[in-house]
Amino acid sequence: MDSRNFAFMFYGFTAAWLIVFVYVLTLVRRGSRIRAELKRHEALLERRI
Amino acid sequence: MRDKSAYTLAALGAIVLVRNLYLIFMVMPDEAAQGMIYRLLYFHVPAWWTAFLAVGLSAIFSGLYLATRNLRYDALAVSVTEVALVFLTMGITLGSIWGRITWGVWWAWDARLTSALICVLLYAGYLMLRRSIEEPGQRARISAVFSLFAILDVPIVWFSIRWWRTQHPQPMQLPPEMWHTLLWNWFGMALLTAALALIRFDQEEAQRKVQSMRHLPQLAYRD
Repeated sequence: MDSRNFAFMFYGFTAAWLIVFVYVLTLVRRGSRIRAELKRHEALLERRI
Repeated sequence: MRDKSAYTLAALGAIVLVRNLYLIFMVMPDEAAQGMIYRLLYFHVPAWWTAFLAVGLSAIFSGLYLATRNLRYDALAVSVTEVALVFLTMGITLGSIWGRITWGVWWAWDARLTSALICVLLYAGYLMLRRSIEEPGQRARISAVFSLFAILDVPIVWFSIRWWRTQHPQPMQLPPEMWHTLLWNWFGMALLTAALALIRFDQEEAQRKVQSMRHLPQLAYRD
């Protein structure tokens, strides 16, 4: 295999997967925040009704 | 049920993309002039196709929202737009890294790259705009109009290499095995897009539920 420009190819693939990984992380964090908020509201509503 | 579909699509997408990594590194032949850097093409091109597919869907959902005023279409539009921005960022980053080796510069202000950057900024602007409007109906309406405006940039990006002389290469004749790998990578990215958009759509609906609960009289004086 021709290994010229390996370093830049490595940066490229790392950047591509990193972008997806960071987005998945933000999705996971936002998902748990929304779930916690929903639970809190439901509990509060139950107490007040 | 929707969760299960999202995770199944994500798993399928991951399998296809990992299999494609094997093809890209172990099966595809070397390119005589560029060395290994040309292999970024297998992610750069499908990333743009995927992003355009997603922003196209966003425009359709935005149009459907304006026609029906059903907030589910707005939720679908924002979900696919957010995922589209991930692939737009990936496409432009990979292009820039490829350009650094092939052209000797990270960036060139030619018609293709400039219109592509405008596309990224427009969809980033769409998401920022949404955060600045509190009322759901108004947010959905203004965002839908903005999305229909932003989609006008996509044909400019697509055809810019035909309409103007650009630093960016013209469409190339590729051997069938390269097309095969490119299309499979697009398929993997499309599966991943569907999975991420479904997860994001669930979150948008849950967020809307939270917002509507905040306005219930029973919770009006909480905290």
